[in-house]
Amino acid sequence: MLHQPATPAGKDYAVAYKTRLGVWMFIYYSLFYVGFVVINLSSPKLMEAIVFAGLNLATIYGFALIVVALIQALVYSALCSKQERLLAAQDREKERS
Amino acid sequence: MVLAIFLAFVIFVVALSFYLGRRTKTSSGYYAAGGQIHWGVNGIAFAGDYLSAASFLGICGMIATVGYDGFLYSIGYLAGWIVALFVVAEAMKRLGKYTFTDALDSKFNSRGIKLAAAISTLMVSICYLIPQMVGAGVLVEPLLGISQHWGVIIVGAVVITIVATAGMASTTYVQFLKGGLLIIFSLALVIAVCWRGFTTQPTPKGHTRYEYQSLAALEVDGKITIADSARKLIREYVDAASQTRFVSLAENGRQSWWKVEQGETGITLHETQSVVVTANGSKLINGAPASEGNKLRPVGNVELLRGQKVANTGSVSPIEMLAALSDKNTIVRRWKDVKLTDADGAKVTVYYSALTKGNQLMRPGIKFKVQGTPLEKLDFVSLMLALFLGTAALPHILIRYYTVPNAASARKSTIVAIAAIGFFYILTLFMGLGAMMNGVLNPADSNMAAPLLAHSFGTFLFAFISAIAFATVLGTVSGLIVAASGAVAHDLMDRYMKVSMDDRQKVRAGKVSAFVIGALAILLGILFKGINVTFLVGLAFAVAASANLPAMLMLLFWKHTTAKGITASVLVGTFTALVLIALSPELFKLYGLNPDAAPIPLNNPGIFSIPLSFITLVTVSLITRKKRLL
Repeated sequence: MLHQPATPAGKDYAVAYKTRLGVWMFIYYSLFYVGFVVINLSSPKLMEAIVFAGLNLATIYGFALIVVALIQALVYSALCSKQERLLAAQDREKERS
Repeated sequence: MVLAIFLAFVIFVVALSFYLGRRTKTSSGYYAAGGQIHWGVNGIAFAGDYLSAASFLGICGMIATVGYDGFLYSIGYLAGWIVALFVVAEAMKRLGKYTFTDALDSKFNSRGIKLAAAISTLMVSICYLIPQMVGAGVLVEPLLGISQHWGVIIVGAVVITIVATAGMASTTYVQFLKGGLLIIFSLALVIAVCWRGFTTQPTPKGHTRYEYQSLAALEVDGKITIADSARKLIREYVDAASQTRFVSLAENGRQSWWKVEQGETGITLHETQSVVVTANGSKLINGAPASEGNKLRPVGNVELLRGQKVANTGSVSPIEMLAALSDKNTIVRRWKDVKLTDADGAKVTVYYSALTKGNQLMRPGIKFKVQGTPLEKLDFVSLMLALFLGTAALPHILIRYYTVPNAASARKSTIVAIAAIGFFYILTLFMGLGAMMNGVLNPADSNMAAPLLAHSFGTFLFAFISAIAFATVLGTVSGLIVAASGAVAHDLMDRYMKVSMDDRQKVRAGKVSAFVIGALAILLGILFKGINVTFLVGLAFAVAASANLPAMLMLLFWKHTTAKGITASVLVGTFTALVLIALSPELFKLYGLNPDAAPIPLNNPGIFSIPLSFITLVTVSLITRKKRLL
């Protein structure tokens, strides 16, 4: 017998949308992350370059990797929630009709 | 007062677990807190789980000793949450019940997957437990004045009590409390650091400033002669790894160690600190017997700030602080160590200083040689890969997706976690650099950087920071032991071996497993004393990323994945990563062997073990799929 989730999850109408969106978001962030690694390997001295307010590229890029992660997470959540509401409403509409 | 605050906090945490424990009667309650935790609470609890001893003690310590390279761990650990959120979070919630194994096995009901995933969960949890226990010992040693191994034993005992009483509900609320307090007090510490500003002559609380001496010397036919006749040269030594030369000198019957520096006009000897353990076991610190009054002097300071000595700048903004430290005319004095054996069999550790320019300090390159050999570059890539992919594969993080009621809550709690953890990781850069520039570091152990920085601001902040750091260890170890005991009692006993148990017996089996795993963690925590805890956690990430992530991703995104493919991938990933780590230079150092003799030249195994795990899954899945079709 297969295990079921600990709590009944309810019907999720937006699984396909969320999966596709998640993969794209993951790819965008991965490219940003890879950029950091590549700069460090190919021209590490570039990381010393002062970019803004006396802060070097390494510091700015490092902080950006953290901040962009949060921004992408918020965008992802907002889009997922919107799609969940939309598809749930459509489903209710269908049931009524 | 330090002890009173510390003990009050620990007693409160244990009392909370007892209170919650009375409400845990079912296996769902024990392993998944009944699946009814609010996503906001769960998000901060995620942060509590994740911001372990490695983050607070290890990262701050590594930044304090090697600058920006330590911050790479902060970046990698946080970036890993992107994989968790975008790829794993909701799928895990939809597929699983109590453990990672449940999710992996959800489509197959395979005994092979149950066994392999339970083994990998156990291995990753144990790898992650080691640094937590090491961190616990380090913390308790100065607080309670007891030895490191007693510290580890106390933590182990308290954690076993917490886990055996309540399971996931208890650990969730402990983590929530601890995660929140850790961020608040870390912020307070960073504000205090900026408020104090810079000085090139820091004098930590309870210490007098020590001026290290330099001596002029001559080298004739390869032999060093000292101008000062009161000192007699005993021995010369060259550290093969760094090609740094040292001499030991005797003066009035007291032995001291000096670093040799070749200048344009001649040789200069720079005074160091040393710990000598003689053949009969007695310990000398800086040439005199170790005692309460004779310990290693705290170290770390800014030598020149933008090319100048400064008495005190007054408060600086966070941006100003980083900008000043990044300046190429800023010089920071960092401390390194070298271990050698004296002619009479005494074990000597020499702690010596090195000057580093700000522009080099504030970019990768001191620990991870991004400008080094191809192998050193590969090691850097391997680390960044494992950190990125490891988070989403950590069993004690994965099980937290089962404590919330639905997939949307899993997603929202992950976002709360990213916000809290990201903010904390930005603070680690300031705390680590603050410890480096305020002369508070213990040269023998980088793990205490953040608590010692807090101590320089007074005992109140020190007491709270230490208590929170201790709770950090308690919370993370609790979560890990719940995950590991779930692997044994739920995955192995209940589902793989099909031992007939009712719900109460399952909970009891989990608690007995927690006790055994806790005892094992105590033993390993004692054995791995002295290694930077974030380095050890980095290895746990590599094992998790190799063992669990390929199977999870392929299960979600490749329809040809078979049960045998998953089983093989998990086993190959786990054991390849473990073997590569066991044969790495850093572990050879731990064994007391020459690191250059290590058969695997990389310290971070991810670059090989992760792709190998993927290849294994695809190959075995294709083979077993063909057989099925035939």
